[in-house]
Amino acid sequence: MKPFIKLSLCIAIGTLSFISPSDKKSTSGQRLKPDADNGGITLPQGFSAVTVTEESGKARHIVVNSNGDIFIKLSALKGGKGILLLRDKNNDGKADETQAFGDYIGTGIAISNGYLYTSSNQDVYRYKLVNGIPDEASKQTIVKGLPDKGQHESKSIALDGAGNLYVTVGAPSNVCQEKDRQKGSMGIDPCPLLEQHGGIWQFKADKLNQSQADGVRYATGLRNVVGLDWNKQTGELYAMQHGRDMFAAYFPELYPLPNGDDLPSEEFLLVKKGSDFGWPYCYYDHLQAKKLLNPEYGGDAKAIGRCAGKDLPIMGFPGHWAPNGLLIYSGNQFPERYKNGAFIAFHGSWNRGAKNQAGYLVAFVPLGKDGKPTGKYEVFANGFAGTDTPSPGGAKSRPMGLAQGPDGSLYITDSQKGKVWRVMYQK
Amino acid sequence: MKPFFLFVFLMPCFAFSQAKNSETPVTPNQLAKGKQVYENNCMVCHQETGDGVPGLNPPLVKTAWVLGDKTKLINVILKGLHEPIEINGERYNNIMPANDFLNDQEISDVLTFVRNSFGNKASAISAAEVKAEMAKK
Repeated sequence: MKPFIKLSLCIAIGTLSFISPSDKKSTSGQRLKPDADNGGITLPQGFSAVTVTEESGKARHIVVNSNGDIFIKLSALKGGKGILLLRDKNNDGKADETQAFGDYIGTGIAISNGYLYTSSNQDVYRYKLVNGIPDEASKQTIVKGLPDKGQHESKSIALDGAGNLYVTVGAPSNVCQEKDRQKGSMGIDPCPLLEQHGGIWQFKADKLNQSQADGVRYATGLRNVVGLDWNKQTGELYAMQHGRDMFAAYFPELYPLPNGDDLPSEEFLLVKKGSDFGWPYCYYDHLQAKKLLNPEYGGDAKAIGRCAGKDLPIMGFPGHWAPNGLLIYSGNQFPERYKNGAFIAFHGSWNRGAKNQAGYLVAFVPLGKDGKPTGKYEVFANGFAGTDTPSPGGAKSRPMGLAQGPDGSLYITDSQKGKVWRVMYQK
Repeated sequence: MKPFFLFVFLMPCFAFSQAKNSETPVTPNQLAKGKQVYENNCMVCHQETGDGVPGLNPPLVKTAWVLGDKTKLINVILKGLHEPIEINGERYNNIMPANDFLNDQEISDVLTFVRNSFGNKASAISAAEVKAEMAKK
């Protein structure tokens, strides 16, 4: 390096570090030193990542408070606790203090109006945040007694900032067969599970002890939604649908490989009040761009039948990628094209053929002012599994939850060991 | 495929005579047959490695479910599993359907394969042992 450039760089860096300490909510992320290997993941040009923690536990969803504190909901208790607070005291991006709360497992975690909202697999609670710390004595039950039958039991939550709370209730079934997951068993018609499952319910965000019957059935025909977020720009709810399993395994003649592994689509949904996305009768085929009849209800990989009026996704992703995290990005740190676009954390497949598992990644979908995609999806972060032929048990990490920090950094959790990345853009 | 199926249908005749010993020997032939049953019926959930899927489909690697009580294991195939189970502190909550469409020899083959794959080593399960459990249904 030429001496002049070296000197200029020194001055530039010196000036930067002089300015930065006073600017605690820096929007640049430039003060943080990323990991040399970006924590083992690959990112687009200009992006880098720091490992916040290597192991936090069985991490599910994540939220970052306005002071930078990170809250994570766990699906298995750690030291008897199910909610973690990770704090970075010296501003190097790495957590150096951990606190734990709550004696229940779950998935949902969100902050709204000075409260931390969390979900177990049956209830939604909230805690008053006092100096950024959840006051356990103030714990309130907002929603109680939602159905939990073991399968698709997690309850994701989103708040619209206008007094409403949205909660998913997954269907405890693959495709509402008479015998669940039994090859050859036909679908029950009408599907009785839809009465209490397979949808999104809307509740009041500040009313205590609401039961499922007190809520509004906001959307139906949803097998299992884990990724859920509110788009502040358009004022609408977005969700990621997990498509049904076992096409290639049960119906190899209808869904031959290689496409059989890519169907049905994982659906990216713009959810309106009254939306019906068609489960269990229908599935989406992104290769034909059609909602089609499931074989258990008489389908043949082509017939539309009763699916004609069902709501379509705004995008279909390859089958079985398991979208578990959704974040509509509203920050200013990333380049302009990311603003109001969607990041989707795919957990990675198990229900594809051997050596053909896929989708252990975080994707990005650019969204326009109308909240609809303006282009194809892009692989944003990859390499989580640590191998080109991943398996769910052997993957090094699996993307799970997403959150946005006050400086516009993107946070990603992993469900295997609870690794957490903070992704930054450096100009 | 056809010769294989024919063979499977004939297998119970041979197996019946073998089953008189309480410890049926594990043969390479049976492991090969069992692997095929595994790939057609089990692998999509339990995976090629037998590792299963965290939180959903339990692993078959060195667990008491696989290596322990034979009748309990046979009944997992015959009746499926409809409640979440816990292995080494991990919860697995996916439904396992009954695989009662398999015949006694196929069940004997696949269980013997599973008990002797993925790092497992345990005695064979005979078709007669499977048949005895089928009769109890």
